[in-house]
Amino acid sequence: MELPKDIARKKRRNQSIAFWILRLISFSIVGILFSILGFIIVKGIGAISWKFLTSWPEDGMTKGGIFPCIIGTIYLIIGSMIFAFPIGVLSALYINEYSKKGWFKDFIRLMTDNLAGVPSIVFGLFGMSLFVNQLHFGASILAGSLTLGLLVLPIVIRTTEEALKSVPDMFRHGSMALGASKWQTTSKVILPIAYPNVITGLILSIGRVSGETAPILFTVAAYSLPKLPSSLKDQVMALPYHLYVVATSGTHVEESRGMAYGTALVLIVLVLIINLLANWLRKIFSKKVKMN
Amino acid sequence: MPKIETKNINLYYGDFHALKGITMSMEPKTVTALIGPSGCGKSTYLRIFNRMNDLIDNVKLSGFVLVDGQDIYEKGTKVDELRKNVGMVFQKPNPFPKSIFENVAYGMKVNGIKDTKYITQKVEQSLQQAALWDEVKDKLKKSAFELSGGQQQRLCIARALAVEPSILLMDEPASALDPLSTSKIEELIYELKKEYTIVIVTHNMQQAGRVSDKTAFFYLGELIEFDDTKIVFTNPKNTKTQNYITGRFG
Repeated sequence: MELPKDIARKKRRNQSIAFWILRLISFSIVGILFSILGFIIVKGIGAISWKFLTSWPEDGMTKGGIFPCIIGTIYLIIGSMIFAFPIGVLSALYINEYSKKGWFKDFIRLMTDNLAGVPSIVFGLFGMSLFVNQLHFGASILAGSLTLGLLVLPIVIRTTEEALKSVPDMFRHGSMALGASKWQTTSKVILPIAYPNVITGLILSIGRVSGETAPILFTVAAYSLPKLPSSLKDQVMALPYHLYVVATSGTHVEESRGMAYGTALVLIVLVLIINLLANWLRKIFSKKVKMN
Repeated sequence: MPKIETKNINLYYGDFHALKGITMSMEPKTVTALIGPSGCGKSTYLRIFNRMNDLIDNVKLSGFVLVDGQDIYEKGTKVDELRKNVGMVFQKPNPFPKSIFENVAYGMKVNGIKDTKYITQKVEQSLQQAALWDEVKDKLKKSAFELSGGQQQRLCIARALAVEPSILLMDEPASALDPLSTSKIEELIYELKKEYTIVIVTHNMQQAGRVSDKTAFFYLGELIEFDDTKIVFTNPKNTKTQNYITGRFG
């Protein structure tokens, strides 16, 4: 039976309205992203030079470069990942592979989600009181990395858990049926399959770590340092905090505007490079799983 | 002595009474087919023999399960040893995302065998037993995922054989395969019977008729009839069995 003409027309019209709204929203998200990127690039590209990337700030941060901040941020990324990644992956393994259904598992999940919801400044305060003061690490790479590590722990746990969940049970059963132990099954069969997606968690947390200011404010970040850190007990300068300093609390805020945008651009590009690198790693791993 | 014996098995998933007082036994080097409509408990029953039901939360079991006269649910039973002795082939081929060689070697490696010469030898032998060697001998390093479904299933059989079990459990091993692959698996079962005790769950009546010596018909968690396959298929004693095998329900 054919629909009456007016209903058919209305149906078509609603369909195209819905379609255009969805398309508009999707495009505007891309638009927002590109306008932020464009804005930062246009404002910051002038400051970028070899010297900017490789030298110290000069003249009250109105000239010179941001070399120590780049190094500091890289140290913090590495430090926090060394802490958060193994612990996060192992907790996820416990939650997903070992613990039985029940209140305890739900409780751990709930707490992990709550941890993810804690504002980053609270992590900063906690890190200061525990690592800096209580454990006498002082304001240091160690204290800052641990604090940032705590901050991203829920991300690592959650993404690893999702990665493990997406591995079909038939692989677990196949392995167990051959007399493999739970740990053998997990480490030799399940983890290699889940690896590509576990790395996604790593990417997300690196992005988060490199951009956070509040957790490092009291635990590691320095306003200005004359030399690079030489041990875990040293403070570092870091990109996000440097950006904050240059943009707000320097003595020559107007003159250092260009430096601020340059710093922002470097931060974005750094995260982009890490993302691409991790994506490439992920592809290699998933290829290995297929080919091996 | 029967190879496998169960006495008054009752199994519950939570409140659901999945197996009701099953008592039966299987002789060495025979093929026993478990048939019955979906949800009748035949797969659950199969998974008792290698304790795969342990992996599911909230399962309660009572009664005795004896393999070679040993109670396998007794405290102190080494479940990994048991699973080595009681191999399993699943409904859907589930090779690991590893090479063909590594798939077959996996069971030996996780059971502590390190002698590479032995492993290499055993891999070849198992693939030959599973009638797959000629098709894969030149590409042992290739991923198991490059094989066809039927080949993957035979690889899974080889994988199970490599740890030298004496019992082979098969949970609808051919239901995901095409007719040609299915007949290959059936031929294989016929060959393997000479050395192994086989228990196979199947939905396919003709298959049960072709490959098995004994047939057990399950219905709603109960064992309705258990006898020589010939008798079950030509002269069943119970009308439910008769109705099922003639296709009146199921």
